[in-house]
Amino acid sequence: MAKSVEEIAEAMFNLVKEAGSQKKLKPMDLTKSMIQMFGDEVDKKICKEAIKQLINSGRCVYTYFGGSFIELPHREGAAND
Amino acid sequence: MADNLPETPLLNELEKGAWPSFVKEIKMAAKRSPMCQDLLGQLEQSYREKIGYWKHGGIVGVMGYGGGVIGRYSALPDKYPKVSHFHTMRINQPAGWYYTSKALRDICDIWEKRGSGLTNMHGSTGDIILLGTTTDQLEPTFEDLSKIDFDIGGSGSDLRTPSCCCGMSRCEWACYDTMALTYDLTMHYQDELHRPAFPYKFKFKMSGCPNDCVASIARADMSIIGTWRDDIQVDQDAVREYADKGLDITSDVVNNCPSKCMDWDGKELHIDNSFCVRCMHCINVMPKALRPGKDRGATILIGSKAPIIEGAFLSSVLFPFIKIEPPYSKIKDTVDKMWDVWCEEGKNRERIGEFIQRVGLGNFLEAIEIDPVPEMVAHPRENPYVFYEEYFEEGDDDEEEEES
Ligand code: SF4
Ligand code: SF4
Repeated sequence: MAKSVEEIAEAMFNLVKEAGSQKKLKPMDLTKSMIQMFGDEVDKKICKEAIKQLINSGRCVYTYFGGSFIELPHREGAAND
Repeated sequence: MADNLPETPLLNELEKGAWPSFVKEIKMAAKRSPMCQDLLGQLEQSYREKIGYWKHGGIVGVMGYGGGVIGRYSALPDKYPKVSHFHTMRINQPAGWYYTSKALRDICDIWEKRGSGLTNMHGSTGDIILLGTTTDQLEPTFEDLSKIDFDIGGSGSDLRTPSCCCGMSRCEWACYDTMALTYDLTMHYQDELHRPAFPYKFKFKMSGCPNDCVASIARADMSIIGTWRDDIQVDQDAVREYADKGLDITSDVVNNCPSKCMDWDGKELHIDNSFCVRCMHCINVMPKALRPGKDRGATILIGSKAPIIEGAFLSSVLFPFIKIEPPYSKIKDTVDKMWDVWCEEGKNRERIGEFIQRVGLGNFLEAIEIDPVPEMVAHPRENPYVFYEEYFEEGDDDEEEEES
């Protein structure tokens, strides 16, 4: 049965959380992981929607460190108060 | 407030001369903007010590967007507290960079209220660049700009704000409507513009003719350059008029034709159009006498970039000629396929041109289902060995096995 956007977003969120500061994940990394995890139950289009939901809800943010990644919101090292 | 300007003997040197000076502009802005005063101070220190004092931020942005804000922090926030945060915002410029004076005033008013007041019209990306604001002003600036119908542009690993020459709006050489295509692609790919999902940046640049006024051949992952496929239109009377008025057609036009396909016998200009490479030289020299042909469209090229990871690339041909007409389905279908392959297989920070070089043009074309044509050959082969690869249709093996 096809996975819902919410279920995929949750699974993506967990991946991002687990990766923490150890590994930076790109949107395509998340999509590929979902396809690996759920097989035919997901496709690239629904993964795109799930990423959109994760970002719009503020649970994750885009970051840029030489390339764009998806991470949990956090205070960046360079920031001044 | 002008009295508060720091001493800047080194920067002052850059005010000398007959050309515009960014120092002069910052000093002018500093009369009203405390941020610009500290900016001058930090800049002078950088020049004196030959050290850049900016730190890059990677997180700041507006809610829901992954691009358009470039984080900057001062590395000397105690000394220059007013530029402790100095983020840049990229704002999607209108196609062809047309504004009403009211729109420009509105943008400047917003930026004087929300940021340093300094702008860069326009940055090399094409966007309106708003220089210097604090993290807490990003969302309010975005809201204010939305109210006057401006949106943030691209940055990071996303589609960068598409840009074009003024095309048919002002230029008689335009072979297609660059502004219409730019607007259409911008609207069609909003998701890709605001939500970075690529291995690295991707740029479209549209030029209406081979003069390529936006330098798309050197700066765009997809360069869409207007051209024609029939004959150059020649007004022989106007050619003779140029000659009568002193233009040396043989030396200034014919001898400079890169494909040597022109001939001038003193009365008539002959062009062997089958050899013309559409360089625009002759048309530029005699604009009243020569015009691009009537069957117009564009050449689509891929893969140029400035040197970052690999060296600089120029674009190479993907489609020698296609008609550029709404809804631009062929372009969009091709782009979607290209992005699919590149996103799937590209490495982090690998531009599409570098990706094509790594996997080979043949494999790339096969993946995006385009047949190779001779115009795609960018330069003569460097490898003296010739390899022939046998292609088998699916099922060929089975047949052979059955036969043997
Ligand atoms: S690229 Fe060609 S069409 Fe566009 S402004 Fe320049 S000369 Fe005109
Ligand atoms: S456009 Fe260029 S190549 Fe073509 S005839 Fe004119 S000068 Fe020659």
